[in-house]
Amino acid sequence: MDGGFVDQIFVRAKSALLSPLAHAPDWVTQLASSLISIGMLLGVFMSLFALMSVLERKILGRIQNRYGPNRVGPFGLLQPVADGIKMLIKEDVVPIRADKVVHFLAPIAKVVPAFLALGVIPYGRNMTPFAIDGGILFFFAVGSATELAVFMAGWGSNNKFSMLGAMRAIAQMVSYELPLLITVLPVVMIVGSLSPDAIVAAQSGYTFGIVPKWFVATPWGAAAFLLFFVSGLVESNRTPFDVPEGESEIVAGHMTEYSGFKYATFFLAEYFGMFAVSGLAVTLFLGGWQAPIRGLQFIPSYLWFFGKLAALLFVFVWIRGTLPRTRVDHVMNFAWKFMLPMAFTCILAAAVWHYQARGFAGWLWSLVIVAAAYLGLSRLLDTRKNLSIRTYRFAE
Amino acid sequence: MSSTAFLVIAVLTMTAALAAATLPKLIHAALSLVVAFLGLAAFYVLLGAEFVGLVQVFVYVGAVAVLIVFTILLTRRDEENTGGFHWSGVVIALAVFGGLLWSILRTPSLSLAASQIDPLTVKRIGEVLMTDYVWPLQCVGLLLTAALIGALVLVMEEKR
Repeated sequence: MDGGFVDQIFVRAKSALLSPLAHAPDWVTQLASSLISIGMLLGVFMSLFALMSVLERKILGRIQNRYGPNRVGPFGLLQPVADGIKMLIKEDVVPIRADKVVHFLAPIAKVVPAFLALGVIPYGRNMTPFAIDGGILFFFAVGSATELAVFMAGWGSNNKFSMLGAMRAIAQMVSYELPLLITVLPVVMIVGSLSPDAIVAAQSGYTFGIVPKWFVATPWGAAAFLLFFVSGLVESNRTPFDVPEGESEIVAGHMTEYSGFKYATFFLAEYFGMFAVSGLAVTLFLGGWQAPIRGLQFIPSYLWFFGKLAALLFVFVWIRGTLPRTRVDHVMNFAWKFMLPMAFTCILAAAVWHYQARGFAGWLWSLVIVAAAYLGLSRLLDTRKNLSIRTYRFAE
Repeated sequence: MSSTAFLVIAVLTMTAALAAATLPKLIHAALSLVVAFLGLAAFYVLLGAEFVGLVQVFVYVGAVAVLIVFTILLTRRDEENTGGFHWSGVVIALAVFGGLLWSILRTPSLSLAASQIDPLTVKRIGEVLMTDYVWPLQCVGLLLTAALIGALVLVMEEKR
């Protein structure tokens, strides 16, 4: 079960690179190994960022019935290079009343955690750059630091639009961190480990030889996956939840006072965050690097991972091209009244599935629980029946 | 290797803590406090308590720091004028230090060598929490629920 030569080609390449250091002290080998992994991660995800930025514009163009960027290079594929040069040579404006240090540190504090979170995701068989026991916990620990970065950007800019945007962003990130975490719990409970590698390993094999044993194939897993994905949309501040940067209300939110390369850094952090959340969704619910059909296992594991990642990223862009922006109070109500109870239901459904020996009866019971919770909640939260005159607390 | 790491982290943490105590702007102090929290988390990881280190980052950087920052933002109007020296602060600091020192000196596990202690896995923490410490856990849960309801009552609209 070690995989073929092509499957392990990157692992082999890394050990070949490290082989001249065989007699070096332990820490030298460790340092070199880490540096190789970090360089590889940076290279892959920077190129993915460049590719994604042009593909997103092209897909959005298709959705809106126009051509996307198609002037620079073949099919407009060199557009990111042009964008990069433009961002680099733009003037870097810092407001005169801004807090210079905090204003400068905010983009860095935003991009570093987003990049660190990418480290614990298994990209293929034996291909986890930073394999620790509590990988899932590490992901959320570094992810929780981004809120502070948004605050630094908002406060450091000394601008009311920035501060209000940061407040909104933090409010929605704090609210959706809860469902994001709680939808992970059923998976952790069923697998009995916080390590992403163990979670991927637990999803190997096929029921009846056809259906992969991914958690998304169980009712609780499907519900948790959808909740996780929506929470991930909010955490990465993407449409329809990009309230923090509503142009007509608060300009660009906490990024109002940023220009040039610092703005590009925020953009990079947003995309890294998107990659990280999608990568974790693939790992937790979509079987990580496992092949969906037994006959297709000859295709290298990392190709499966990045294929699934690309599919999720396409859904991100698709949603952005389809849905309008939600109102800020709707976003918050949705988090506390619907997402959170549903996330708890997923835990219950997963427990029932587990104690029914993970068989067909458990599958049906967990489906009943999830469906009952969904129907009950949507009936409870249906406000269409009691329309009345609205009073706005802050507008009277 | 690990003593070098200890020195680097210690200097960083102490500097950040000093900055948190002395910087004139409260937000700057709060942000340096975050760096001190990160330093403490690094210490836990260095000691092999990976889980505690990650939870330290998760709870203190993710939640407590945001709470502190918002509290400063929502309560202070005179942001610039926060310097000065208070004897009450010295008394509280000395009391906390004395309490910590007393409990550290009374802790028996300090006499054990590091190799004698099993590595602290998440599984073991969970088992201990659900068996020996289940009552304290329930009490903390009750307290936090009460705090949550209290916060909701505070911000709820007065009229319906």
